[in-house]
Amino acid sequence: MFAMQASSSITHIGLDQVRNQLRRPNPKLKGRQASDEARAEVRALIGLTPVDGHRRDLLIEHLHVLNDHYHALFERHIVALAAEMRLSVVEVFEVASFYHHFQILQDDEAAPAITVRVCDSLSCQLAGSDSLLRQLQRDLGTDVQVIPAPCLGRCEQAPAVQVGQKAVAHATGAQVQMLVAGRDLAPNELPAAQRLHAYRLAGGYVLAQQIVRGERSADAVIEVLEHAGLRGLGGAGFPAGRKWRIVRTQPAPRLMAVNIDEGEPGTFKDRTLLESDPHRFLEGLLIAAQVVGVDAVYIYLRDEYHEARQLLQRELAALLAEPPYPLPHIELRRGAGAYICGEESAMVESIEGKRGEPRLRPPYIAEVGLFGRPTLEHNFETLYWVRELVEQGAESFAAQGRHGRTGLRRFSVSGRVKQPGVKLAPAGITLRELVDEYCGGMAEGHTLYAYLPGGASGGILPARLADVPLDFDTLQPHGCFIGSAAVMVLSQHDKARDAALNVMRFFAHESCGQCTPCRVGTDKATRLMEREVWDRETLEDLAQVMGDASICGLGQAAPNPIRCVLDYFPHEVGAVS
Amino acid sequence: MSTVEFTLNGQQVQAPAGRSIFNIAKDLGIAIPHLCHKEGLPTDGNCRACMVEVQGERTLAPSCCRSAAPGMQVWTDSERAVKSQKMVLEMLLADLPEQGHKWLDDRAEAPHGELSQWAEHHAVQVRPALKELRREAVAADLSHPAMAVNLDACIQCNRCERACRDLQVNDVIGLAHRGAHTQVVFDLADPMGESSCVACGECVQACPTGALMPKSHMGPQKVDREVDSVCPFCGVGCLVTYQVRDEKIISVKGREGPANEGRLCVKGRFGMDYIHSPDRITQPLIRKPGVAKDVRLIDGHTDWREVFREATWEEALDAATQPLNALRQQHGPKSLAGFGSAKGSNEEAYLFQKLVRTGFGSNNVDHCTRLCHASSVSALLEGVGSGAVSNPVRDVEHADLIIVIGSNPTNNHPVAATWMKNAAQRGTRIVLADPRVTDIGRHAWRVLPFKADTDVALLNAMLHVIVNEDLCNEVFLRERADHVTELKVHVQAFSPEAMAPVCGIAADTIREVARAYATSKASMILWGMGVSQHVHGTDNVRCLIALASLTGQIGRPGTGLHPLRGQNNVQGASDAGLIPMMYPNYQRVSHPQAHDWFEKFWGTTLDDQPGYTVVEIMHKALADDSDPHKVHGMYIMGENPAMSDPDLNHARHALASLKHLVVQDIFLTETAWLADVVLPASAWPEKTGTVSNTDRMVQMGRQALQPPGDAKPDLWIIQQIAQRMGLDWQYAGEHAGVAAVYEEMRQAMAGSIAGIRWERLEQASSVTYPCLSEDDPGQPIVFQDHFPTSGGRVKLVPAGLIAADEQPDVDYPLVLITGRQLEHWHTGAMTRRATVLDAIEPAPTACLCGPDLQRLGLVPGDRVRVASRRGEIELSVRRDDGTPQGVVYMPFAYREAAANVLTNAALDPFGKIPEFKYCAVRVEKALAVSSGA
Repeated sequence: MFAMQASSSITHIGLDQVRNQLRRPNPKLKGRQASDEARAEVRALIGLTPVDGHRRDLLIEHLHVLNDHYHALFERHIVALAAEMRLSVVEVFEVASFYHHFQILQDDEAAPAITVRVCDSLSCQLAGSDSLLRQLQRDLGTDVQVIPAPCLGRCEQAPAVQVGQKAVAHATGAQVQMLVAGRDLAPNELPAAQRLHAYRLAGGYVLAQQIVRGERSADAVIEVLEHAGLRGLGGAGFPAGRKWRIVRTQPAPRLMAVNIDEGEPGTFKDRTLLESDPHRFLEGLLIAAQVVGVDAVYIYLRDEYHEARQLLQRELAALLAEPPYPLPHIELRRGAGAYICGEESAMVESIEGKRGEPRLRPPYIAEVGLFGRPTLEHNFETLYWVRELVEQGAESFAAQGRHGRTGLRRFSVSGRVKQPGVKLAPAGITLRELVDEYCGGMAEGHTLYAYLPGGASGGILPARLADVPLDFDTLQPHGCFIGSAAVMVLSQHDKARDAALNVMRFFAHESCGQCTPCRVGTDKATRLMEREVWDRETLEDLAQVMGDASICGLGQAAPNPIRCVLDYFPHEVGAVS
Repeated sequence: MSTVEFTLNGQQVQAPAGRSIFNIAKDLGIAIPHLCHKEGLPTDGNCRACMVEVQGERTLAPSCCRSAAPGMQVWTDSERAVKSQKMVLEMLLADLPEQGHKWLDDRAEAPHGELSQWAEHHAVQVRPALKELRREAVAADLSHPAMAVNLDACIQCNRCERACRDLQVNDVIGLAHRGAHTQVVFDLADPMGESSCVACGECVQACPTGALMPKSHMGPQKVDREVDSVCPFCGVGCLVTYQVRDEKIISVKGREGPANEGRLCVKGRFGMDYIHSPDRITQPLIRKPGVAKDVRLIDGHTDWREVFREATWEEALDAATQPLNALRQQHGPKSLAGFGSAKGSNEEAYLFQKLVRTGFGSNNVDHCTRLCHASSVSALLEGVGSGAVSNPVRDVEHADLIIVIGSNPTNNHPVAATWMKNAAQRGTRIVLADPRVTDIGRHAWRVLPFKADTDVALLNAMLHVIVNEDLCNEVFLRERADHVTELKVHVQAFSPEAMAPVCGIAADTIREVARAYATSKASMILWGMGVSQHVHGTDNVRCLIALASLTGQIGRPGTGLHPLRGQNNVQGASDAGLIPMMYPNYQRVSHPQAHDWFEKFWGTTLDDQPGYTVVEIMHKALADDSDPHKVHGMYIMGENPAMSDPDLNHARHALASLKHLVVQDIFLTETAWLADVVLPASAWPEKTGTVSNTDRMVQMGRQALQPPGDAKPDLWIIQQIAQRMGLDWQYAGEHAGVAAVYEEMRQAMAGSIAGIRWERLEQASSVTYPCLSEDDPGQPIVFQDHFPTSGGRVKLVPAGLIAADEQPDVDYPLVLITGRQLEHWHTGAMTRRATVLDAIEPAPTACLCGPDLQRLGLVPGDRVRVASRRGEIELSVRRDDGTPQGVVYMPFAYREAAANVLTNAALDPFGKIPEFKYCAVRVEKALAVSSGA
């Protein structure tokens, strides 16, 4: 080889130098070639190639199969999978390396026997996950990999840990060590969940059947949603009825994508509902599919929810085995550890088997979405509401609400409160009311100092703003938003700057890296925010370009914590307000 | 086209609907910074340097990706927009090193190409607070011979990835990982030189900041001059711009041409320095008295001074010509023959054949078209009346289905292959029919790896399906085809079920593909030498003509027949009459009218008998002295039959037997070693002239450099020989009178290029023919309403099954298929002297599939001896599972293991093309130690 000094910035390679390199025939074609053995191993797991080739969109599913089986993705398998799927190696590698749950190893490396994930998001950090992580890294064997993980969606169980695919609530070092020692890695059973039979006995799927048979008109269903004022509950809050109207007028075939990539730190409502009443969601899904007229439905579930996936797989199979009427095509897809895939267009990319990079809009997903088709995209909870609203009418829902707001909202409350959890409360309730009435007040020894009204993205408010109604549109004047209604509560023992740094690290970790403002901005901001005294001018400049020029909501919302700290907590960062 | 009205920077603007704000602003002279956007690449909108403010929108909008809507109010220069533009530039610049790799001009203080340029535009300075946070430096990757990867200058703009994947569809580059760790990678983050990179260099051309650079052109970008020309390698005909510094071509840029749109392949971009090789002949050479013409001289170890002495031009030209005159006098005109070259210009080809016809006095003139598409041309002339393509390659854009048969386009026509892959990305179904499954197979809808030599069986079975399933276009057949019934009856014997065991493709698959071809809105067939280089090459092409005709898949966009031409000017050289049976523009020498016309035109008597073809001339050189047509003397310009002919031991022996051989070339080729006189010629970038590509585009090549030493333009040399043979030619003007030669040729070829005056070519660089008048834009698609046959109709000719001349047997159990590889061109004279190409593929290899290697007890890298009845060579083996079992594939570019030592000189009876694609060989492990990695 004709290695050059890496340091020199200008390289002139003389002809003689190139000529002098060892001239030898290359025994193989260019690039890595799949070995027969690796191809056989891959084939054993993903099956033989169909006549028209493997489906490109199943790439991530295939990667999961390999990753589950070998506890890692070995390079030889990536090369072999590419050959089997008739993709180039880089097409597989760029996808595999995007998702944190795929651990790519060289062929001579050893895969960890067990991976233990310790949640390091805000609520778990407040509950001591930092020291738990250090303790486990110190105490567990060398074949056990202990790594920090972004929000596991179990903030009410902080600190949350995952051992293999088993979720551990209120984890302690001893408890995790015991599971590891017993190789107890399977997802927990969910005995309390309502199964298909019970759901149908209780009148389930009757409404969906009525709509399919035309006993209830599709228009009437949409009207109910509109009167109830149901808005998308994934964070953006787009009116659900209007979305249905838009998509159903698009040319067929139309598709539907369901977002259960509940990754916003502090949010765990979808998991909670799914784990208890999966069919209520599925019926909402079928009603939406019927009203809008979609051919196929793709459910995208975050990978961290192993228990919920097991349940949903089982219940879907049961439903498809005994369908109440001929159902549309339904596929359950598995995320792979990427918060950004909760962004609707990134999720669409991920369902297509690609890197979860948000698309530029326009065109909107409703017009050009999954596989280039008009797509109805919904959050889990939005669909979960449908049956209840249609059965009970819009009025009972719209009659709820406080402080001039209408409807009900599910808040995921965590942090320094006595009783964290999912709280179904009137829209417009204030933080103070929510904590006092629904959460048993602040935790012992803690007084309210600040709160995050909408997960990592929604900003940070001081205690003096604890009487602002919590709902869509009410927090904007204060530089915040409610998003998925993930409320994280801080006390006098906490600092807003620590919370801000925690979430900025999260954003830097989860940025897809596509656009400059977010890729560079989250990284640089993190490092500036680690400093005792903040550089207000630079941080404000970064905040402006991130907010104004990022492609998607992640980058646009990422500066919220910076601005909130500078506005409401300048004393913490030595910044003059 | 509809327009929209909107407000841009407070000004009312009208613009075409759908046009991006960025482009509209550009039209109005408003500059907006941009980095990820590049003309010709799909927009991506990731860099966010081009953000503009749109009234009423929450965030800024990327102007490159946003089209104007009626009534929109847009500011490119508002405080808010400019703030983001500047911040993006500052953030990117903050992470880049102080020193860069792509200076603006020669200014080291502006080291990051387009990023530096836009930073200067907005007077952006990186603040210390951000400089302190500069990302960690990454080590340079210099593993590739041609390109340097310096990711410290990477801004993740994705242009390289889009260039690699959306344009070239080589699919090597990707962005891996995410967030701040997002990284441009090759394959599995492999060093570029070890990756599957094919070095097209499109990424280098796309990179805005110098993170990917040609090693030969780093740092200062200033050059002494840029010269527009056309690539000298394959028939695709990519337009290029040479960048010249210190009288050397230091880099080559793809230029917007109709065939390439700025794209190039490794040869065109990185293969040009053969012209600066120390092996160039710079002085005329005369064979020393008494040095025998021993074929062993070709081994490459002999010092040329032992064989030749240097001479002056006067001396050498006399020494070259006098014996030719003497032989002609003694043995008659047929004792001389000339091989011109498909690597030369149209003007050289024209003058060369004129020299042979009017000076030598016979039609014994041919060139390597005989070795590539002669059978295609004979079938096409017979069937559709024209040997050229019916539709350009880029018509694949309009095809729903394309059949690629007997062709490895990603290696041999790499830029043409990009258009096929682009079409596949948009949904066009590619059918690859080839015994070898090559790279295009990954993009194919169906792959038909039929048994070598069974083309007619496969194609007749498809015709059978089309006839028997009523898939014929009867209207087309009634109005435009002859001998339809004979063909329909003939193919009855070739049902898919009967042919499946013959060709090795399942009957159902044959049916499926035949139906798809016949019923698609537009289907096109492209083929290469896998079809033509058989003793039944003409029959193979007759079947392709029948496919297109029965289904009416011809004469429309996205349909037709396209024999992918190999050499840069094989189309033009044939057009210009560099073939023994035809004058310029395919007028038969035996046709009285044509004969008379040319006698008048050239003012001399002409032989009315067709001359001999390439392989026949070699036979005639070895003919008995009593043979009145024995060839005694030859003039070979730019051809290398001592490498390119089949059965080389025989061919070399023939060349060595000549009483007099004059070779005109830029290197001492294998053929030149056997010459009496060697005349040093000019390389392509050293002369001006035109070439015609596979798409029938006449394109202008311009001189960029002076020939080295005493080397001369070929056109000048031909005229000097002609003068000494008593011809009184007058071609005045610069570049050895090239324009005057062209204008004379234009008169002789009025039927195709009457409308392409020299001045028009100088201006346009590329004009497609037929082009019959000044205002004729050129006709890319022909046969739209008639065929140029005598009756205006296509003539269908049935083809039967003919086996290859030599079948494998116990002694020689394997089949040898020869061909080319991406880096090496033809006999390797040019490419093996190109530094980068040689570095990538330095030595000969024989490809076998894994199971065969195992069966033979071989591992990749082992040295083997490959033997046929005609000779044997030694080389190492490479594993290529695309090679079918029982087959060895070998490129023929390597002197030290010349594949043509093995090949069979059996000829197709019509095209007189040898059977390079099939002969019987034996492979054994050589005794020498393995040289594998």
